[in-house]
Amino acid sequence: MQTANRKPLRMAKREALYGYLFISPWLIGFILFTIGPMLASLYFSFTDYDVVNPPTWVGLANYEKIFSGIPDAIRTQSSEPLGDPLFWKSLQVTLYFAMMALPLGLIVSFVLAILLNQKIPGVNLWRTIYFLPSVIAGVAVTILWVRIFNPRIGILNSILDIFGINGPGWLTSPDWAVPALVIMSLWAIGGGMIIYLAGLQGVPTDLYDAAKVDGANLFQRFRNITLPMMTPVIFYELVLSLIATFQYFTEAYVASNGTGGPVRSTLFYNLYLYQNAFKYFDMGYASSMAWILFIVVLVLTILVFRSSQYWVFYEGQLRGRK
Amino acid sequence: MASQPSMKMNEASRSSHQNFFQKLAYGIKGQELILKSITTFILACGAVLILTPFLYMISTSLKDQSQIRSDPLSFIPRRPTSVEINGKQEPLYEVNLDGEVKEMALIKKLPEKMGQFVDPANPNQVFELLIADQKPIYHLEIHWENYPEALTSVPFDRYLINTLLVVFLSMTGMLTSCTLVAYGFSRFRAPGLNILFLVMLSTIMLPSQVRLIPIYVMFQKIGWVDTLLPLIIPAFFANPYDVFLLRQFFMTIPLELDDASKIDGCNPLQTLLYVVLPQARPAIVAIAIFHFLFAWNDFYEPLIFLHSRENWTLAVGLQTFDALYTVNTHLIMAASLVMIIPPVLIFFFSQRIFTQGVVFSGIKG
Repeated sequence: MQTANRKPLRMAKREALYGYLFISPWLIGFILFTIGPMLASLYFSFTDYDVVNPPTWVGLANYEKIFSGIPDAIRTQSSEPLGDPLFWKSLQVTLYFAMMALPLGLIVSFVLAILLNQKIPGVNLWRTIYFLPSVIAGVAVTILWVRIFNPRIGILNSILDIFGINGPGWLTSPDWAVPALVIMSLWAIGGGMIIYLAGLQGVPTDLYDAAKVDGANLFQRFRNITLPMMTPVIFYELVLSLIATFQYFTEAYVASNGTGGPVRSTLFYNLYLYQNAFKYFDMGYASSMAWILFIVVLVLTILVFRSSQYWVFYEGQLRGRK
Repeated sequence: MASQPSMKMNEASRSSHQNFFQKLAYGIKGQELILKSITTFILACGAVLILTPFLYMISTSLKDQSQIRSDPLSFIPRRPTSVEINGKQEPLYEVNLDGEVKEMALIKKLPEKMGQFVDPANPNQVFELLIADQKPIYHLEIHWENYPEALTSVPFDRYLINTLLVVFLSMTGMLTSCTLVAYGFSRFRAPGLNILFLVMLSTIMLPSQVRLIPIYVMFQKIGWVDTLLPLIIPAFFANPYDVFLLRQFFMTIPLELDDASKIDGCNPLQTLLYVVLPQARPAIVAIAIFHFLFAWNDFYEPLIFLHSRENWTLAVGLQTFDALYTVNTHLIMAASLVMIIPPVLIFFFSQRIFTQGVVFSGIKG
């Protein structure tokens, strides 16, 4: 009896051992490259640290520097800035971009997905074309768009010129730099579009058939079937895009050659963080910015998840009600 | 008895209803045809918008600077044809003279948009014509030499070798570690394993900035900054996205096969290698492709970790090339075009896996 009991126990132990053995690459990496560095960066955020000299404890000074900048950001262009107005500038640039790029991206990619979900000839070709830009996103594409936006010899203003429109300075103008980046981001929305397309294909067709029999028109079918069935996907996309916006970097860096210009109009949060860390080697301050970013992303994620119960419709809820 | 007439009426109204529905159905068909045409039209317009930047890139890469400046809207690299008149080069126009089309040179611009045109064969006879009415003659002028010039003006061969080293070594590490970890999470029961899986999933949302600075300091202390190692070694410790994708795929592979191999005396590693992996090929190929695209395009980490020129990857090299040679748009477009060719090719050849994989994992290109 005892041996019979012990044997499964030994097997269970063996299984557990194997399990831990197999996941050990991730577990070691998690300690080395995630938890360890996260704690270290939390510590750095309370220090003054330039990599060369050992960190010196400064308490809340880094955070004070950030938050004492608030009144200046509101007063705009005061003569003697307290704290760090650039931090608030970078937050403002990021939110400004998000306020345009997120809703526009959502609408455009959702509409595209609906169009690409129709039974029309050559639909695969269209899907390929629309998805293509998102595959090559990065330095090369940004360089290309910098040329397109060139106010003098770029193709965009040359086309606008035909219609008698005097095009703006785009990336060379403080007012138009962020809208230019939004246009660029709209060009590469293939990733979101494909996810919406998959969601649309998951909507059961018998729902549409039933609605047609009931005489629902196109708009009614969209409003009462497509939209509610798609809210989980929209919600998921929204969370991902929001987090991605706070980490927007390559395009802003390449378009402004790392400066965040003109006149800091493209000084995105992540770009300013990079400048502090790897240009000025102010690792303590950059770490506190990183932790604020982390908390912002965390809060946003939780908020969107919490609010989702009010507007996200899951199919299971309908079944539950029956 | 009394109900009969009403039944008849019902029948009559039903047949009229049927008629109504038939009409409606035809109406819907017509409506759908119109909708499909509109859809195709909108998609075609959008496709033009999507493809124009690519065309612009290709055409600009084959022009020289004066062509870019003087003729920005032409997608064909061309130059106005000119002819020598009295020792001077004058632009050639297709001139319409009383219904007869002739090639003539514009020798002098006059006020009110008029110009003096002459026939090159008979330069003494001058015609005064409205310039806007005549068609300038162009000839093709393609600057293929932009490509060798762009690719040799900075050591792109060195950048390419570095990029390939990073891409394929990190891919090896990522595939090995992710397979092991995904297998661990999908096949073994152990206390805490499920919680660890949730912990791993939650790190997908983690912004990398919150750990990057200490990682940089760590690599700095062990002398790895300005080598390719920081871009390769972390890949050997699995990536939560790819582990999740693989683990979901492994879950769909029937456990009976595992049991059979166990009875045949395979240890878990052998079961993974000979039973699970061969069936997981689509998922492995998908994450390998994602990794290639990610590592090929990655700019942030190479920018942070690689300082000296000979260690740069293509992304960093191209950005610096752009900053240094800003005025040479043609060379920069040529280099950029070369850089996007591999991802585009991979996309076209693996499109199916690609779109399915994107949907499955939610990773955006």
